[in-house]
Amino acid sequence: MTTPSALAAPRARTSARDPWWRRLLGTQPLGLGMSLPYIVFLAVVMAYPLGYAVYISFFDYVFTAPGVHADHPFVGLSNYRAVLSDPRVLGSFANIAVFLVINVPLTVILSMVLASALNSLTRWTAAFRVAFYVPYVTASVSLIGVWMLMFSQDGLVNSILGPLAPDPSWLVNSHLAMPSIALFVTWKQLGFYVLLYLAALQNVPKELYESAQVDGAGAAKRFLHITVPGVRSTTLLVLILAIITGSNLFTEPYLLTNGGGPDGASASPVLLIYQKGIQQGNPDLASAIGVILVILVGLLSLISTRLTKED
Amino acid sequence: MRTLTRRTFGTAALALPLALAACGRSAVDSQEAATARGPISIWVSTNEQELAWGRAVCEAWNTEHEDEQVTLQEIPAGSSSEEAITAAIVAGTTPDLIFNISPAALPDWVRAGGLVDLTTFEGGRRHIEERGGTRARDYAEDEGKGGYYQLPWKSNPVMLMYNRKIFADAGLDAEEPGLDTFDQLLDASRRIVSSGAAGSAIWPSPTSDFYQPWSDFYPLYLAQTGGTRLIEDGSTTFDSPDGLAVARMWRSMYDEELAPREQSTDDAMTTGATAMQLAGPYAIATYKDAIDYGFMPVPTTEGIPAGKTITFADSKNVSLCSTSRNRLTAWDFLAFATDEEWDGKLLELTGQMPLRQDLASVYPDYFEKNPDYTSFADQADRVADVPYVSGGIEIWQRFRDAYSGAVIFGTDSVEQGLSDVAHQIDALIKE
Repeated sequence: MTTPSALAAPRARTSARDPWWRRLLGTQPLGLGMSLPYIVFLAVVMAYPLGYAVYISFFDYVFTAPGVHADHPFVGLSNYRAVLSDPRVLGSFANIAVFLVINVPLTVILSMVLASALNSLTRWTAAFRVAFYVPYVTASVSLIGVWMLMFSQDGLVNSILGPLAPDPSWLVNSHLAMPSIALFVTWKQLGFYVLLYLAALQNVPKELYESAQVDGAGAAKRFLHITVPGVRSTTLLVLILAIITGSNLFTEPYLLTNGGGPDGASASPVLLIYQKGIQQGNPDLASAIGVILVILVGLLSLISTRLTKED
Repeated sequence: MRTLTRRTFGTAALALPLALAACGRSAVDSQEAATARGPISIWVSTNEQELAWGRAVCEAWNTEHEDEQVTLQEIPAGSSSEEAITAAIVAGTTPDLIFNISPAALPDWVRAGGLVDLTTFEGGRRHIEERGGTRARDYAEDEGKGGYYQLPWKSNPVMLMYNRKIFADAGLDAEEPGLDTFDQLLDASRRIVSSGAAGSAIWPSPTSDFYQPWSDFYPLYLAQTGGTRLIEDGSTTFDSPDGLAVARMWRSMYDEELAPREQSTDDAMTTGATAMQLAGPYAIATYKDAIDYGFMPVPTTEGIPAGKTITFADSKNVSLCSTSRNRLTAWDFLAFATDEEWDGKLLELTGQMPLRQDLASVYPDYFEKNPDYTSFADQADRVADVPYVSGGIEIWQRFRDAYSGAVIFGTDSVEQGLSDVAHQIDALIKE
């Protein structure tokens, strides 16, 4: 019979007496072999470009045709100074802050509440789950077309609102453009986060709800005192994913608000990376914006981890 | 030892992509390529009419050049052809010839080493300048004195297109609208909207793309100034009474809601949602079966005769890429595809104006059969393009951003917007 202490025993490590291939590959070479394609993928698609971007952000860099030599003098922090003194870049970070302030709490709250409601349903469960998930798997471009029709000057929403409709309209109003995008993205991605919470809710013991109900706790109290703590680790995951995907915002401002309009009010840092790096041939400045964005997203993720850390 | 081995393994894992990247970029021996003949490939626009021309010219060439076959491909998909070409230059995947070069991006492609100077071929300069005349020099290095990295190929002179029925419904003269001045244009616009003949008078795209000023501000600015470009003699020109007059006219259009601030969700001209648009001759093929249209020169503050109006050329040119391994064939094919016969075929199939001298007298039969295009042929002799300057896309993006704030959305004053961006662009030019 296996004892608990045997289960907890540390895995054997390689030693200097082992052959070189065991020292290199470890005691579980099969696991390493199966992980290798993904390690290579990460190295080629993530690690190399990230390292390269950090590198060129410190140089005066231009892309050239193969075999063409161009000087790339080291410029230190000059690219960082240039982007941090560019009002349009600073504005894009402010825009993304507005987006995150609206999108992240809405995403967490709505997906948790909707998942709880779906979890308690006994009929039409599949239909509701599909209804929430369909926007997530539908191409942004097609959904954006529908939203443009709904939220344009003469669109459905303004027709319903009548005299209460904003002027200028939603997507060309410098105060409403970013909140409109935040609502769109929240709605589009909700289905994915609802699924995450639905999976997490399966691990919350039903006995806790039954005991609380016997003790006279209402639905709101059961949600606050059982559901919310019970899915805390999923909430952290949702928070971090929402921050990362929100910070990478590109398609929506590019298509929904005509390239980051009105007057740059919905321009995101990634949109500017695209403009500076791809359109304007300034990969050094684009890389500097990218590095700053990675650092800020890392900090936000760290703060989220600390805030949701269990006692 | 263990640490050393793992470090080696980690270094190898990271070095692998670098090695792969290096293998993908093999350079062409330019001296060998300059005298070589053989098969080549060309890119043309995805436009249906241009594709038809491309297929025809390739077929004609291929029947007579068995060992120097030309393969036609469409420019790869991208949000703009400039991005697709930039990516191809960096990756070393450009074809031999590209028949869709934007003059705005070209100086940066030259800087990246992606293009070949066409004057290095025997008779190169002569062919370009005999075909295009003195204005061909606007597309050369060193203010016309240097090499040509592009052959000025075709233009789409921008004019004011209008819907005759909407004009008639608004009580305007549909045959001779006479909108020569900004005041006349604004008055007519007010009548169109207030009468309900159309929801908007004119509908330029309000998006933030760098090239949008070429379809609203720039044609009127060129007309107003008699052809002054955005940048001349190393500094900006638009922070001036002429630039302000054009910008103020457009600001009035937006403030009075005669031009929408939102992008049209469909073709506003076809649906009758707008009465006017700034367009080139390509628009004729699009609208000939949909609406009853007319064209007039773009207006100015005081009004000038049509025969003196200068407008935006909106040209697309041809370049030979440095990845070409058979450059003699590429040059010969380029000269063949831009001779009088194939320029005539281009005109016939696309309605776009070959950038050659005296179009109307070179192709009299075509213009007799297609009178709609006559005004464009006349206008094609009086066009100006974007300035030949490095960093052109960034400069135009800065201009568009400022224009959006000051003119379209009114978050800044017109004076302040133009003044600020002029200083920014002047600083960029000096870098």
